[in-house]
Parts: sequence; C-alpha cells; structure tokens
Amino acid sequence: MSSPAHAATAGPELGPRRSPLHAARRVFQGDLVSVRVIVAIAVIWIIFQAENGRFLSAVNLTNLVLQITATGLVSVGVVYVLLLGEIDLSVGAVSGVTSALMAVLNVQHGWNPYLAIAAAVALGIAIGVLQGALFSSFGVPSFVITLAGLLAWQGLQLYILGSTGSVNVTNGKIVGLANHFYSDAAGWVFAALVIAAYAGTTLWSLRSRRAAGLADTEATGPIARIVIVAAATIAVVAVLNSDRGVPLAVMILIAFVAGMQYVATRTLFGRHVFTVGGNAEAARRAGIHTNRIRVIVFAISGAMAAIGGVLAASRLLAVDQSTGGSDLLLFAIAGPVIAGTSLFGGRGSVWSALLGAITIGSISNGMDLLALQSSVKFMVTGAVLVVAVVVDALARRNRQTRA
Amino acid sequence: MDSPLLALEGISKRFGAVQALDGVDFEVRAGEVVGLVGDNGAGKSTLVKIISGIYSPDHGEISIDGVPITIRSPDDATRLGIATVYQDLALADNLDVVANLFLGHEELSSGPARVTWQIDETSMEHRSHELLERFAVTIPNVRTEVAALSGGQRQQVAVARSLLGAPKVVLLDEPTAALGVAQTAQVLLLIKQLRERGLGVMVISHNLADVFEVADRIFVLRLGRQAGTFDVNRTTPDEIVAAITGAHLHTEDVSGQGGRT
Repeated sequence: MSSPAHAATAGPELGPRRSPLHAARRVFQGDLVSVRVIVAIAVIWIIFQAENGRFLSAVNLTNLVLQITATGLVSVGVVYVLLLGEIDLSVGAVSGVTSALMAVLNVQHGWNPYLAIAAAVALGIAIGVLQGALFSSFGVPSFVITLAGLLAWQGLQLYILGSTGSVNVTNGKIVGLANHFYSDAAGWVFAALVIAAYAGTTLWSLRSRRAAGLADTEATGPIARIVIVAAATIAVVAVLNSDRGVPLAVMILIAFVAGMQYVATRTLFGRHVFTVGGNAEAARRAGIHTNRIRVIVFAISGAMAAIGGVLAASRLLAVDQSTGGSDLLLFAIAGPVIAGTSLFGGRGSVWSALLGAITIGSISNGMDLLALQSSVKFMVTGAVLVVAVVVDALARRNRQTRA
Repeated sequence: MDSPLLALEGISKRFGAVQALDGVDFEVRAGEVVGLVGDNGAGKSTLVKIISGIYSPDHGEISIDGVPITIRSPDDATRLGIATVYQDLALADNLDVVANLFLGHEELSSGPARVTWQIDETSMEHRSHELLERFAVTIPNVRTEVAALSGGQRQQVAVARSLLGAPKVVLLDEPTAALGVAQTAQVLLLIKQLRERGLGVMVISHNLADVFEVADRIFVLRLGRQAGTFDVNRTTPDEIVAAITGAHLHTEDVSGQGGRT
C-alpha cells in the first residue's frame, strides 16, 4: 500500500494475507509452490531414512546429486518450454544424439574435447531452432513436432554411432565433468561466494527500492531469506565435503539453474517468455515478436538437452544406442511439473528444474537402496506426477474463480 | 477557436460490396469525451480501426491539431498520440500490474546489468505508482497478479497502460461491457479523469446510460453514415435510440420523442 487512499478502496479479497490459515492455503493452492515441494522432499527423505539408515549418509547424498545433474540440466530447458505453455518431447532424444556426436567426434575423430562439446551444444541449438521454427511458422502443435523430432533424432543417433552402436568416453576433460571433486577448502570458498552473491543482490535490491521510496521495504523477509540460503548452502557443502567433496557437476547444475532463473525473471527476454506463455495475443499486440521468442525458447531447450547429454555421457563413461532413452525424457518433464511449473504456461520457476530433479531422484535413489524393482519405481513416480498435475490444475481453477 | 485535437473529414471505407463508412465527419476536442454509438454493423469498429491505424480509409482526411496526417499502422497511431484500449483487454493474467502496464515497453536497468537486458523493476514500479495515483486508480498492490483483480480494476489497468505513452487521444472500445455497477462507476470515473487532464476521449459503447453519464457529445452512426451529433445536455436517450434505429432522421428536431413529425 502506498497511500491511505489505496487502502480505503481495497476489496476484502485483495488485502494483505497474513493469517496462518491463509499462509497454509497459499502453500497448498499454488502461490508458495516451492515450500510445498521442499516439504514433500523432506517427507520422502524421512520415509527412506526410516527404511534404510544409509539413505541420508554423505556417500549416498553425493551419489544422489550426481544422479540428478543430467536430468536437472535437461529440465532447465524444459521449464522454458513449459513457461510458453508448450512441450518438448524431443529433449531425451536430443541429449542422446548430441552426446553421441560429442563422443564420436572426440573418440573416433580425435577432436579437442571442448570443441566436441561445443559441436554437441551447437547441434542441440540447431535442432531446437528447427523445431521452434516449424512449430511457430506452421502452427503445428509443439508436441507433434517434437514427437516427430524424438523419432528422427533417435534415428540420427543410431546413424552417428555407426555399426558398433556404442562409444566409450575416455577423455579426461569430458570424464572430469561428472567425476571431478573439489577440495574441502575450495568447497567452502564456493559456499562463501554463493552466500555473498545472494546476500549482495538481495540487499542491493532492497536498498534501491528504499531509495525509490517504494512500499514493502521491511528488511525482515530478505534477511530471513539470506539466513535460510546461507544455512542451506553451508549444510550442503558440509555434507558433500564429508564424502568426496563438492562435485564439479553440482557446480555446473547450480550455475545453470541460477543463471537461467535470472534470465527468466529479471531480463527482458524472460519477461517476454512469461508474457507469451500467459497471453500470446496480448504479447503480439504489445509489439513482442512472439515467434522469435518461441524459436529462442526451443533453442534453449535443445542446448540444455545437449548439455545434460554431455554430463550423462561423462558420468556413465559411454554413449550407446539407449543413451537419452525413455527415463530421461519422462523425468526431465515430470520434474519441473512436480515442482510447480504449470503445464498451461506462464507460471513457474527454473528452480523447479532443480527441486523436481531432487524429488524424482530421491524417490529413484531411495527405491534402489531398498532394492525395489523398476516396475515399482515407475508406478510410484507416475503416482507422484499425477498428484502434482492435479494440484496444478486445482491451483489454476482456484485462480480462475478468484478472477 | 483552435482546431480540434483529432478531426476526420469525409471518411469512406468500402469492403467489397459493403460500404462500411460513407463520408463521415468526426472530431474530438481536447478535454472532451465523445460517445460513439450505433447499431451492430453501423461502422463503429471500422471507424475505430481507421483511427487506430489498422485500416486506412479509401477517401477522406485525418488531421491532428489541424495538421493533416496519414496513419498507416498501429505504431503510427501510437506515435501520433492516439491510444486504443480494446474490449478484450489484452492483459497477461499471469503477470503483475507493473508488468502489464509496461508490456512491450519495459524499462532496462541503467547500471552494468544492462548488458544482460535486465529489467529495471524499481523504476517501473515507481512510475506505475505515479501513473495510477495521477488518475486516482485504486489498485491496492501493484505487485498483484492481474488474474486476482476485479473486472473493473483490470479495465482500469488496461486504460492506464494506454496512458504511459502520454497520448493526446484515447479510444475506448466498450470499456464497461461485462462490468458490474460499482466497477462501471470506477471506469467512468477514470474516463472523467482523462477529460480533466485535457485528453480527447472517444468511448464506443452499447450502453446509453454509461454514454450519457460520461460523454459531452454523442456521435451516432447508422449504416455507415453519420446520423447526427448530439449535445448530452440537450438530448434524450429516446432521441439517440431513434437516431440509431433510424426511426426519424431530423437531428434538429428535439421534441419528437417517440412520435413522428
């Protein structure tokens, strides 16, 4: 509220909601999705820890974060596509074909590893641009275009891999992406940098809001958030350090999630992505080049699929015909949706890529520890996805009745 | 007497066999609200689309402040100071009020973060407050999602957005359609604010009560021709209805309410 005149005419449904009941409703009805997801992760962890005492050990948690990096990176691109209200079913196949290209160029043609990775990412971008252009210029539903892509890129992957059908990745640089661990000291330096960067930007934005004389400049909220982020960062680094140290793969994942979250929420491009996802006609009338936004988003999806594919190849030390197969696609799309990014477009966060990957990764890892069969794993993950999508639909219906 | 803010002379537009507009003269002065009424197919939308640059007229002249101009595109219209607020709002429900006000015209940060095309949220929020306060628009929190606003508040946001570019003339297409009584009152109040600020306002509406409430003059179109201009203080709803339906065509006859002369 910036003036008493505003307060006087505020409708009852628009006043500040501060009661605990309202806070609880916001958590479950979608306004505070990330809290809901973190609670869900905590419940999952408690259940598995109760069943198997090794679940929350440093070794297993380190394995967990290594298992989720590839999916999490692919999900970052998927989040952008979901924000448009579209879907990209080709991300698994794209990660497979691009990692195959990287492996073949590096191993069979002796390319420099960085150049081979760059070629893989370039192929991912090219595929994304092609799919985005086909989708936006012909108005064909994105799921059909990317379904066709899924088939075509799987074929290209088989072609690139050739008669052997499998390439072992041995290059130290590529293998290091998923298998390098930093020393304890380096881990603490990273923690300090993360906390300093978060506190710096949060306080800077508070300061500039105060300087401009805007409302909502209480310091309690931001300081509480800084304390929570600092505590979480320190806890994560402490756990990772007590095993093998902070993995490079985790740094890559966090860097992409934070960077792409910045792009989504703070930049002109990100704002236009949200606008096209929310109301494409409004975006067009406001002079936004909607087709250009769509093509760039699909290019981002292709690029992130390629980066995820490179990390997967690095962790598994090989690329074969099944790389990028069904699990990766399903989990990469299910993750952000479970963590609150709407399938209907315009609502979501890049953090949901990370939180979703942790949720699905925890279920998968925990069930592995309990030696459950993959039939059970798929059914449980499917049930979790259904619950998440129903919650999303309910939150959407609730917003519509309010409006 | 100074020239009108926006003047149209002898505007004609034909779509195939249909003469949508035939020699229409129309003007809006600064600080004046003109209601544009007419039955379906009378040519209201065509006239609005010509002024907002979506169609160009076959014949006729448009001038702003007495200077003849041509409007070739919606961008031209915006540049010339003509803002159009469409009936179907064109707001993005998932964005907050600030983001909607600046849709397509976002401000970029001035600092080093500009290289990343960072949006200057602080400045945009500050300007939003200024704009909304200047026109006494009552949105409790400019960081509220537009989806959570009432229909009247959404319409106010849509109107306020057109004012960011500091226009001279504002065209409102059915601004009170589908609004409740209290919400209609809010929007009409905003239209009166625009008049007090010296803008020329054109309100297209089917609701004669609203037009009488807010307009200074009422311009009636019938079958693509002008069926008269009426001063609200010297006319009656019956007379306007008669002009709309063509029950009688003599605009100077103000006594013929319901009867034939």
